[in-house]
Amino acid sequence: MSETMTGAEMVIRALQDQGVEHIFGYPGGAVLPIYDALFHQEKVRHVLVRHEQGAVHAAEGYARSSGKPGVVLVTSGPGATNAVTGLADAMMDSIPLVCITGQVPTHLIGSDAFQECDTVGITRHCTKHNYLVKSIEDLPRVLHEAFYVAQNGRPGPVVVDLPKDIQFKTGSYARPLSNQHKTYRPTVKGDMDHIRAAIELMANAKRPVFYTGGGVVNSGPHAATLLRELVRLTGFPITSTLMGLGAYPASDKQWLGMLGMHGTYEANLAMHECDVMINLGARFDDRITGRLDAFSPFSKRIHVDIDPSSINKTVKVDIPIVGDCAHVLEDMLRLWRQNAQTPDKLALKDWWGKIEGWRARNCLAYRKSDETIKPQYALQRLYELTKDRDVYITTEVGQHQMWAAQYFKFEEPNRWMTSGGHGTMGYGLPAAVGVQLAHPDALVIDIAGEASIQMMLQEMSTALQYNLPLKVFILNNEYMGMVRQWQELLHGGRYSHSYSESLPDFTKLAEAYGGVGIRCDKPGELDAKIMEMISVNRPVIFDCIVDKTENCFPMIPSGKAHNEMLLNDYLGETGADIGSVIDEKGKMLV
Amino acid sequence: MLQMKTHYPDATRVEPVNRHTLAVIVDNEPGVLARIAGLFSGRGYNIESLTVTETEHEAHISRITIVTTGTNSIIQQIKSQLERLVPVHRVIDLTLTGEAVERELCLVKVVGKGDYRVEAMRLASAFGARTMDATLTSFVYELTGTTEEVERFIKLMTAVGLVEVSRTGVAAMARGAEGIV
Repeated sequence: MSETMTGAEMVIRALQDQGVEHIFGYPGGAVLPIYDALFHQEKVRHVLVRHEQGAVHAAEGYARSSGKPGVVLVTSGPGATNAVTGLADAMMDSIPLVCITGQVPTHLIGSDAFQECDTVGITRHCTKHNYLVKSIEDLPRVLHEAFYVAQNGRPGPVVVDLPKDIQFKTGSYARPLSNQHKTYRPTVKGDMDHIRAAIELMANAKRPVFYTGGGVVNSGPHAATLLRELVRLTGFPITSTLMGLGAYPASDKQWLGMLGMHGTYEANLAMHECDVMINLGARFDDRITGRLDAFSPFSKRIHVDIDPSSINKTVKVDIPIVGDCAHVLEDMLRLWRQNAQTPDKLALKDWWGKIEGWRARNCLAYRKSDETIKPQYALQRLYELTKDRDVYITTEVGQHQMWAAQYFKFEEPNRWMTSGGHGTMGYGLPAAVGVQLAHPDALVIDIAGEASIQMMLQEMSTALQYNLPLKVFILNNEYMGMVRQWQELLHGGRYSHSYSESLPDFTKLAEAYGGVGIRCDKPGELDAKIMEMISVNRPVIFDCIVDKTENCFPMIPSGKAHNEMLLNDYLGETGADIGSVIDEKGKMLV
Repeated sequence: MLQMKTHYPDATRVEPVNRHTLAVIVDNEPGVLARIAGLFSGRGYNIESLTVTETEHEAHISRITIVTTGTNSIIQQIKSQLERLVPVHRVIDLTLTGEAVERELCLVKVVGKGDYRVEAMRLASAFGARTMDATLTSFVYELTGTTEEVERFIKLMTAVGLVEVSRTGVAAMARGAEGIV
């Protein structure tokens, strides 16, 4: 049944019909009619952020921790351009978002009107799709289609740019029977012949490894369940990208830890030496592969991806399977069971023997200290003291992010929210806002650095306004640590502008916002203070003063292969000439 | 040029570069051409020629013919990336489907007197170009042909007073009884 209503009312009605409970936004001239429509209802709860980029990151955190699409509402001009970084972030990490932007009235478009910008032009490359709605008749379809496009196929952000006059116009709204796009139909079922060939290859593998990514997480919790079954059934080792952490439990003995530039020794060497690689929902990112011409030189490769353009983009594969991870995993499991496949037990035993040898190097070991808090120690303690709770972790970008990925062990998917592809400093705090809204009773911690946190710090105010008891755990080393680490390795220790000057007193800052500030600089006091942080049911900023010079290892230097990784000098692997490890050519690659 | 060692494969540099003609069937909606052109510029692909017009008015469907160059893996990426765009229905590689019919149209204006004028007329007639406009000192010719024919015609006309060229770019269609819908 269709009803007559204004464009602004249609927006809110469509959100209600899509089952949207929370939206993140910031009002402004070009979206006032939509804010007025919001005012008249209760179903959709609006969360007022303090910066539009924060709105998008919050929606990302919400989406990634709940599996539902995130929704953003911002005004024209600066509202839209401020959202761009967040949209680019969601695009790179394949996060389903619908972002509604206000636009100047249609008759003013192109006239350089106040707060006008070419939103669809600017966001074309950082969205999966975008719409400029110029007629009220198109609006209901576009709103629902936006949700379909954002969630189906490889997920991503969709922008709906809505001129103010269309928001005021009246038209007829009926909930469409289906919100499908009229032609966009991504492939979800994998080709059975290819899946059969993949199973055949796996059954005959002598040194196999599963390499999984964000695609498994995006495919939903069922995909993670199927992945666990398949991995256990085959007995193969498994590693995962930064984006895929949690899909397979980190406590399991088949788990090798994260791979890539700061991945574990055993994961990277397994990738280098394997004879069959099973890539599930990962995209051979350059932080994973290192030097391409030396990447996994002995392997036959299976690649499952929902996006055909990911296949053979940088790394050639032998068996491509285009499809959704859950569907393909289901078929793989069925075939494996049907054929009663038994892998070469003897070869697998040899392979595991080799892997255990690499594992015995204990690549995440570091020199402990009683005087200063080592950042690795801080995260180990944070993990140990929170692991039995309902915990969700977000991060900013840098050393702390890599340490969190290394030392925090994730047992379930959707518990780990980090900016992977785009590497956006400032992601973690607003993302934590979104996560805490989706999971009000959970313990939500943003693992941060003192530099990153200052990029979206204003969202503390949002956390206070909505009583979100999130915790910001700052590893404060007074440096943009990852920048400093690269400068040490590549630029002769000339720390150009990477020192965090004039830092605020973070504890006072927390109090200024109305939260709680905790500071800790002694390893002996760390446990008690972390427990104090957990027990406070309000937003907390925890200023953890850590060793200023600690570097993040293991590390594959730029331009090097997986078997040329650097380990912590504590292990006596690198010596003093770390700066000379990367040659001139490698410096180009950072 | 400085050769940098990078994460990316050097191999694509030594692979042969081929010219492919792609037919891209799209929804004729605002911005669709910008999406496609932007994809090429954003990812560093080449466009040699691009022709577009709505071909089915009722269904609002346009056919875009793109001539591009690249190694086999780049051409494959271009096709996958195009197919990933929401308003793109299909991408057909006409170079792979066999020798497609490829035609383009050009308009050429020549200005000259005496022998130049006579030679221009002779060349035009030799190529089968049609005279669309004539004054005492100029001609506008229309020639339809393959890109190579058009290139040759323009090159010759340059010697006899060519002052202006307008070309449509390639329109292409696969041979045989099968149609693309």
